[in-house]
Amino acid sequence: MTNLTHLTIAEALNGLKSKDFSALELTEAHIAAMDTAKGLNAFVTETPEKAIQQAKESDARYQNGTNGALDGIPLAIKDLFCTEGVQTTASSHILEGFIPPYESTVTSNLFRDGAVMLGKTSLDEFAMGSSNTTSHFGNVINPWQGQDGKDLVPGGSSGGSAAAVAARISMGATGTDTGGSIRQPAAFCGLAGLKPTYGRCSRWGVVAFASSLDQPGPIARTAEDCAILLQSMAGHDPKDSTSAPRDIPDYTAALNGDLKGLKIGIPKEYRVEGMPIEIENLWQKGMEWMQDAGAEIVDVSLPHTKYALPTYYIIAPAEASSNLARYDGVRYGLRVDPEGTLDDMYKATRAEGFGDEVKRRIMIGAYVLSAGYYDAYYIKAQKVRRLILNDFMNAYKQCDVLLTPTAPSAAFAIGENEDDPIKMYLNDVFTVPASLAGLPGMSVAAGLSPEGLPLGLQILGRPWDEETVLKVGHRMEQQANFKSLPQTVVAKAA
Amino acid sequence: MSIDKDTVLKVANLNRLAISDAEAEKFVPELNNIMGFIEQLSEVNTDNVEPLANVVDTDLPLRKDEVSDGQCQDKVLANAPESMQGFYVVPKVVE
Repeated sequence: MTNLTHLTIAEALNGLKSKDFSALELTEAHIAAMDTAKGLNAFVTETPEKAIQQAKESDARYQNGTNGALDGIPLAIKDLFCTEGVQTTASSHILEGFIPPYESTVTSNLFRDGAVMLGKTSLDEFAMGSSNTTSHFGNVINPWQGQDGKDLVPGGSSGGSAAAVAARISMGATGTDTGGSIRQPAAFCGLAGLKPTYGRCSRWGVVAFASSLDQPGPIARTAEDCAILLQSMAGHDPKDSTSAPRDIPDYTAALNGDLKGLKIGIPKEYRVEGMPIEIENLWQKGMEWMQDAGAEIVDVSLPHTKYALPTYYIIAPAEASSNLARYDGVRYGLRVDPEGTLDDMYKATRAEGFGDEVKRRIMIGAYVLSAGYYDAYYIKAQKVRRLILNDFMNAYKQCDVLLTPTAPSAAFAIGENEDDPIKMYLNDVFTVPASLAGLPGMSVAAGLSPEGLPLGLQILGRPWDEETVLKVGHRMEQQANFKSLPQTVVAKAA
Repeated sequence: MSIDKDTVLKVANLNRLAISDAEAEKFVPELNNIMGFIEQLSEVNTDNVEPLANVVDTDLPLRKDEVSDGQCQDKVLANAPESMQGFYVVPKVVE
């Protein structure tokens, strides 16, 4: 029998439909993989009993012909999505033990279509980070290893999701992307990850970090699998007022379109100083692959690119400071009561419940929103945000999509970039601008660094045009022919 | 304007975060570092630029003002660290 954990979602759906294997067999194979990969620490909560139950129900649906679009596919769910009856922590001590009495819209949509949940994956605390080293539940380890054998970060914040998919524990996963949290971990783990247009997937039931930026999306091994997952995840939701009342196109049908005549923009400002030569070379190769496929390469300019990170580090912390005010030790989660006033209880609860990175960000947020600084920082950032959006809209007069590297480096060792928050923030230099503009963006695995670590290329599209992004990503994968596996997966198969 | 220890204590209080003097000292250089990075924005000319609060180019919809949910007190209180007779329990706030 084929190794069930190495199939893509598209292949597995075919196998299930033609009864080559059952949903239960598929899920059991992934639970077995989960059991042997506990060292990666990808999950905060594993839910194998729920998975088995869902797989059995899925098999019944295949028997009577009522199977849905994702029936029987085992997925990992980022622990930022509220799941009814299953602990949801945002990887924070302050939410430890929180059992949502409701299901997020995105996970409801996935379950409606028959998906099976293997568990809840770890993330940077409240999705604030690029390395999955700020989780209260410990670091997640990238299944890819460096030559020196050091443990590497899987990227973040959707690091547990990316590690689980790369390690062949899960066929796909949900992520959320606020400034790169789907695309950067996908790049670090040799995967495909898609951040849809802001408003494409409902944020209802997703623990909020920065509400004007947060957007759920899929992480999988191929662009095709991302298309399949997005088809289920996306859609208008009256419970999220920023969710778009738009029809959902057929994303898998969009994959195989012709690239002839398509204009691919190369933003000159993304050639940043100190970018490693292998990333520069891969970017160049990506342009050649697209030309071979019939696309035209166009030079474009996004003049405010260098201001995107500072803009983001005003807007995201400001929104976080407001959103995280709800953790008060009264209604859910942790309570620390020093037997003083109500204020003392709030303060003690939040001091113990939040980690240092969260504290830094909500303090920056309160600072830039406070009297006397609101105009100078927060309003200023919102103005620059409009200039950044305008840059993209001007570029899209000349081209249909943009092609850039996903991250300025391959995965780094756990503990690196910890001495200075700015160094960590620079990981998102290529992903943050599109987040501020609300644009769809995807990272696909395109090559290996000289150390044998995966590198990603990013495709950014016009608002609501996930179809072209997926089409270009799919063709990029065919041209790149990325077949490498993480060393931990190879070792297990041997 | 750089952030000093008193400013850290002030924003910690705004966030209802208990913080020791030693912790506040630790955050001073970290927050100054971040604010220094953010200062770059002052060099951007934003005259006559409208602030952008929402990238979704539509008006926020209003729903009908009618009850569509409720009668689930048990669920609402299920995660409360402490509840009593259908209420959340908090430290005494009125003498």
